[in-house]
Amino acid sequence: MNDAFAQIGLGPFLTVGAALLVLGVFGIFLNRKNIIIIMMSMELILLAANINLVAFSAALGDLSGQVLTVFVLTIAAAEAAIGLAILTVYFRNRGSIQVEDVALMKG
Amino acid sequence: MMIQLVFYVFAAVLIASSAMVIFAKNPVHSVLFLILGFFNAAGLFLLAGAEFLAMILVIVYVGAVAVLFLFVVMMLDIDFARMREGLQRYAPLGAAVGGVLFAELAMAAAHWASSPVMPEPITGGLGQPGGPMTNTAALGTLLYTHYILLFQACGLVLLVAMIGAITLTLREKPTGRRQVIGKQHERMRADTLDMLTLPLGFGTDANGGFLRPAKGYYDTAVPGSYGVPAAPEPPREEVRKVDGDAP
Repeated sequence: MNDAFAQIGLGPFLTVGAALLVLGVFGIFLNRKNIIIIMMSMELILLAANINLVAFSAALGDLSGQVLTVFVLTIAAAEAAIGLAILTVYFRNRGSIQVEDVALMKG
Repeated sequence: MMIQLVFYVFAAVLIASSAMVIFAKNPVHSVLFLILGFFNAAGLFLLAGAEFLAMILVIVYVGAVAVLFLFVVMMLDIDFARMREGLQRYAPLGAAVGGVLFAELAMAAAHWASSPVMPEPITGGLGQPGGPMTNTAALGTLLYTHYILLFQACGLVLLVAMIGAITLTLREKPTGRRQVIGKQHERMRADTLDMLTLPLGFGTDANGGFLRPAKGYYDTAVPGSYGVPAAPEPPREEVRKVDGDAP
């Protein structure tokens, strides 16, 4: 445990992570029509997970949490790339990115 | 005390900018606030001693992911005003879900206590302050030894994501001009080029200096071009009225 982290403690870090998670979930519900903001909210949720991992890694003196954070970052980058590619193709085909239009295949 | 002040500044800006991400009217502002939030999260990582991850967060998230978002938001021509129509309808539901989630998290935090016995670190206490290794060196040591398979799997995930994104967005243009090698090789000189032996002065004409175009040329030619009498110009209308603007 390093000095700076010892002065702050685990609790405030976890609180920030929880607030980010709640904001991300709220953002998904709030901007239900705008899929770009939904993807940004997902990034916020992943960031909350990362903050928790890093905080526990510092608290336990174990580097595994940071390694896991590297993997989470990788997955988040891949997800953003694929999601935005799908979004671009969808917009090219339909001219809109309304989330509700995506359910048209439901019959 | 100073450290705590820095922490609370970073945390407050992070949470405020995340709130602005989901509340901003303009998605471009959302992306910019997301970038601000990532910078502050990198500050929090620095405070927690994860220097390498902080730099990676700035480079990968701000430099790649957020700019990708910005690019897509600006490229797609979307009527964002129409998208905010359902905002009032969904806000109570979202607030309810978020409130329940936050209450649950608070309850979990209130009744949570860590074990007094610290578990032995899986990684053998690598990369601790005062140790022989810096954070980056320790992380690299772990990634290339203990976690090498996962690391390779991550590389595969990125590869699949790259291929997927390219295949999704690549479009074969029907109008594209492509080189067809076979066609090019089959082409003979006799197909395209006639070599003629002409007597001296064959291409010139008595009054024009060179040979006039064929007869059919005048029927389809644009008036005014070579050898075609110009059409009479239509009377030019006065574009600007002199006293039109006067109140």
